[in-house]
Amino acid sequence: MKTHRALPLSVLVLASGCGGYQSALGAKGAPAIHVEHLIVGIVAVCTVIWILVMMMLVLALVRARRSVASQATGSEKPLTVAVSAAIAATVVIIAGMTIASFYTTRNIGLPDSTALTITVRGQQWWWQVFYADSPAGPGFQTANEIHIPVGRDVRLRLESPDVIHSFWVPSLAGKQDLVPGRTNSLLLRAEKPGVYRGQCAEFCGLQHSHMAILVIAETQAAFEGWAATQRLDAAGSADPDIAAGQASFMAKPCAACHTVRGTPAGGTTGPDLTHVGGRRTIAAGLLETTRGSLAAWIADPQTLKPGNNMPMVPLTSIELRNISAYMESLK
Amino acid sequence: MKDKVVIDLAHLPPHGLGTASQSWWGTLAFMLIEGTGFALAIVVYLYLMSLAPQWPLDAAPPDLVAGTTLTVFLVLSVLPNILVNRWARQQDLRKVRIGLIVMSLVGIVPLILRAFEFPAMHIKWDQNAYGSIVWVMLGLHTTHILTDLVETLVLTCLMFSRHADNPRRFGDVNDNAMYWNFVVATWLPMYACLYWVPRL
Amino acid sequence: MTQDGDGLRDSSMEGSELHRRLTAIWSTPSGLWGALSTVDHKIIGRRYVTTAFVFLALGGVLSLLIRLQLAQPEARFIGPDRYNQIFTMHGTNMMFLFAVPVMQAMAIYLVPLMVGTRNIAFPRLNAFSYWVYLAGGLLLWIAFAVDTGPDVGWFAYVPLAGPEYGAGKRADIWAQMITFTEVSALAVAVEIVVTVFKQRAPGMSLDRIPLFVWSMLVTSFLVIMAMPAIMVASSSLILDRLVGTHFFNPAEGGDVLLWQHLFWFFGHPEVYIIFLPAVGMVSTIVATFTRRPVFGYLGMVMALIATGVLAFGLWVHHMFVAGLPRLGESFFTASSMAIAVPAGLQIFCWLATMWAGRPVFKTPFLFVIGFMVIFVIGGLTGVMVASVPFDTQVHDTYFVVAHFHYVLVGGAVFPLLGAVYYWFPKFTGRMMSETLGRWIFGLIFTGFNLTFFPMHILGLQGMPRRIYTYQPEMPWSGLNLFISLSAVILALGFLLFFVDAIRSARSGSLAPANPWGARTLEWATSSPPPPYNFARLPVVDRLDPLSDDIEAVPVASGLRVDRRELLTSSVVHASPEAREASPGDSIWPLWAALASTLMLIWSIFSPWAVVWGSIPLAITLIGWFWPKGVPEDEA
Repeated sequence: MKTHRALPLSVLVLASGCGGYQSALGAKGAPAIHVEHLIVGIVAVCTVIWILVMMMLVLALVRARRSVASQATGSEKPLTVAVSAAIAATVVIIAGMTIASFYTTRNIGLPDSTALTITVRGQQWWWQVFYADSPAGPGFQTANEIHIPVGRDVRLRLESPDVIHSFWVPSLAGKQDLVPGRTNSLLLRAEKPGVYRGQCAEFCGLQHSHMAILVIAETQAAFEGWAATQRLDAAGSADPDIAAGQASFMAKPCAACHTVRGTPAGGTTGPDLTHVGGRRTIAAGLLETTRGSLAAWIADPQTLKPGNNMPMVPLTSIELRNISAYMESLK
Repeated sequence: MKDKVVIDLAHLPPHGLGTASQSWWGTLAFMLIEGTGFALAIVVYLYLMSLAPQWPLDAAPPDLVAGTTLTVFLVLSVLPNILVNRWARQQDLRKVRIGLIVMSLVGIVPLILRAFEFPAMHIKWDQNAYGSIVWVMLGLHTTHILTDLVETLVLTCLMFSRHADNPRRFGDVNDNAMYWNFVVATWLPMYACLYWVPRL
Repeated sequence: MTQDGDGLRDSSMEGSELHRRLTAIWSTPSGLWGALSTVDHKIIGRRYVTTAFVFLALGGVLSLLIRLQLAQPEARFIGPDRYNQIFTMHGTNMMFLFAVPVMQAMAIYLVPLMVGTRNIAFPRLNAFSYWVYLAGGLLLWIAFAVDTGPDVGWFAYVPLAGPEYGAGKRADIWAQMITFTEVSALAVAVEIVVTVFKQRAPGMSLDRIPLFVWSMLVTSFLVIMAMPAIMVASSSLILDRLVGTHFFNPAEGGDVLLWQHLFWFFGHPEVYIIFLPAVGMVSTIVATFTRRPVFGYLGMVMALIATGVLAFGLWVHHMFVAGLPRLGESFFTASSMAIAVPAGLQIFCWLATMWAGRPVFKTPFLFVIGFMVIFVIGGLTGVMVASVPFDTQVHDTYFVVAHFHYVLVGGAVFPLLGAVYYWFPKFTGRMMSETLGRWIFGLIFTGFNLTFFPMHILGLQGMPRRIYTYQPEMPWSGLNLFISLSAVILALGFLLFFVDAIRSARSGSLAPANPWGARTLEWATSSPPPPYNFARLPVVDRLDPLSDDIEAVPVASGLRVDRRELLTSSVVHASPEAREASPGDSIWPLWAALASTLMLIWSIFSPWAVVWGSIPLAITLIGWFWPKGVPEDEA
């Protein structure tokens, strides 16, 4: 028997140590913390059960080998008692785990009505994020990055215009599907500032693998500052390269699919790029946002993310450089 | 290992009838499969209804004439069917022949009535989910009438062939009669669902 | 020799004469025509098992391709389009072309022998079911070979598989392959139910039915009740795609989750359709290799039935993150947990049997021990995913991949491999290698655990399933490489298994009638059995008819030897009711299967196929059932 792999508990401890920023065992938000407690508890109980059953198995096999003579006769009554006791124990343990599960669900609870509500629309293969109008100002749109204030309940409205996706940021909460024709909701809450990664968890086609999202939890003040920036239109620039890049962007098919608020670009097929330069990643978590990665992406999106909906637009190297500079400037 | 004969089976009949035959149980098992299919179709209907803001979706409730006539006809068809079943059990070839001809004709009438049921739904299959499920339910049941009709026709031909006077054939007639009763019985909840649930 | 009005009887016939006459009437003619028209359950069963194992090997190759691609981050061995086809094919192939058919195939071979009859009920339907199964498998694999393999996952969720997002014919291939395999599975289920109900040896009352036969009976009822749901689902999908119905289109009153309800109403019982036969195999092997009957026969039977009933009350636990009402979800948590009780009961009864018995550590028994170790883990992780909050973190991650491989490979494939070692002498008349068997067990057991255990951790670390690659900054590359390397050990084990099976079938040592000293009826006849199975039908007066103190097997006489004749008996007590003819060989099932294949494949492209394609089908069915004036047609 391979006892070294018989210790999921130690493995769990190990895993939580290197859980990183996308792990069910590195929970940093109340809902995920409740679930993590449940996971650890159930896994511990199950590990003990497994060890007990294996001990019985080994004993049964070894015992039988040693004393052949003693078993030919003998009544089955002790066995009946033992099996009945084991079944009774199973029922009790199962009931216990069911109750623990119910309590966890209740503890996670539902977001209160005053919670900040953010609408997330999963699309093949990126996340569209809407912040509604609020007393602080009008609503705005962003992509693949959600900012939330720390220590507050946030309610996500989850929708999908195409196929089923699943919103999953394991460090903050369990997953919830985005189902076409329905609206689901999810309670999100971060106890500590940080960047939490998640990715689509329901198979959604060719680029299911590259559909990540970042949740950035920050203090209330930082959050409000960020939101204020997001509400602004894109700023123009005196830099000649950037201005040339903007002109190319408007002249090429780019503007047909993307919106850059404050400019004529008003396409709605792709992500809103008004503040794309201020996001940590592009292409749904595929690349860190730098001028170089922007250029690489624009030059050949189909090689970096085969099958995605962004076509390769023929550009001269100067146009490419300028458009990348323009994108990067959109902080 | 040696053999030791303890039972002699020679006295047993060379063919089992009714519950002693495999085909009776086989028919029953296939009825269970198809019955599950019908039940699921009804569940899908009710499920879609439970989601819809109004029901039927964008259509008037179905006209009752064709469906009700068909239902009454199907219920009445059970009478000759029971008679054929009884004659087959008595192995009365002449009566079974007549009965099968009658049941063949009886099997054609619902198909004609069914042709009027589809338009009575006031919706096409490709208009919305309501249209899809009612067409599929009607279609599913129609294929059952059709298969049983074909089976009845083949049996009728058989009964006029040299293979006719054989307990095995009479058993086939029994199984076929049982299947027709099943086709009638499954229609009743479908009828209630299709015609009366939208009127609730 | 008796000749009383209707035919020649075996009553006073001696051994060699009886054998000669029975062989003449029951054997399959040699040559291609004989092979195509045979209705012998043993030939068809062997054919089915072999085909299913070929599909296992093919599916295994796919899994190695998956592991190759995932061995390192952002690998480019396989592109996303091909990868999606590969994992869809792997799942579809393993579930529909391997796991369910192989279990039914074992039953096709074994159930008639274990209940002491000469052929399965509806042997022509049996032949038909094999051809339809083969056609469905070929359809899927040929489509894959020409880059039209389904790419929507083995549960083909809409709208991804629907008309708008599933372009081309890939999803249709999947849906129609379902029709093929479900038709064949339903046919076999009916045959098994009727064989068990009506063809048991005289005296084999309900409380004397071997546990494997019980497990196949319950499984067959699960097939009968569950498979219509997937046929309704896949037919609706084809209708949505082909003629524009709106079952799954939310814009026109349809619903996306309707698909999931229908699919999992089938899909969860499917797990038990695969697992329950394995329970029967384990019980059989445990009884033989501990030299005593399984402890708690009645409890085992009740557990089988309870599992079968509960299996229909669990489907929503596959939809815990789809946004259903919480109250409903809680109910399904409770029911999913509850199924651990009958499963636990079975485990405890086997442990008790081992405790009280005298274990003999032959290869089949080793696989059963491996099953216990692995399946208990799979069962416990099953309890974990039954909890809604737990599931929200592990659903659709590698944790679930690990869980269901522990359940399906540990719970079904290990017993199956044990069963192959156990019944191989009966199937072929030759023994498999005991030495190689131990090596194979060791490799597969080690390889399996090293491959799949780490996947639990990957899942908790946030790795979703069905991704064709992952980014280097995720902390998953080390474990993934480890898994891919371990998969090689596992593959090596399976490779050796195939080598051993093929080698032993050709030149293994000859097997006696009952090499293991087993106590069920299939061992009362030679290895391999003659075409007629039993020269005289056995009579059963106890649970284990070949127990050690039996000197002569009690048998029945009085059956005809000039037509294929067997016995029908009553459902409860198995008291003799009639001598019944068993249909002779016929080519018509093959024609009917070809006509069905034509209709089903054509209907991927045109709805009119159902109308025009039904004509050749009707003709072949009439040809099938029309009496030919042979002795089997007499009554």
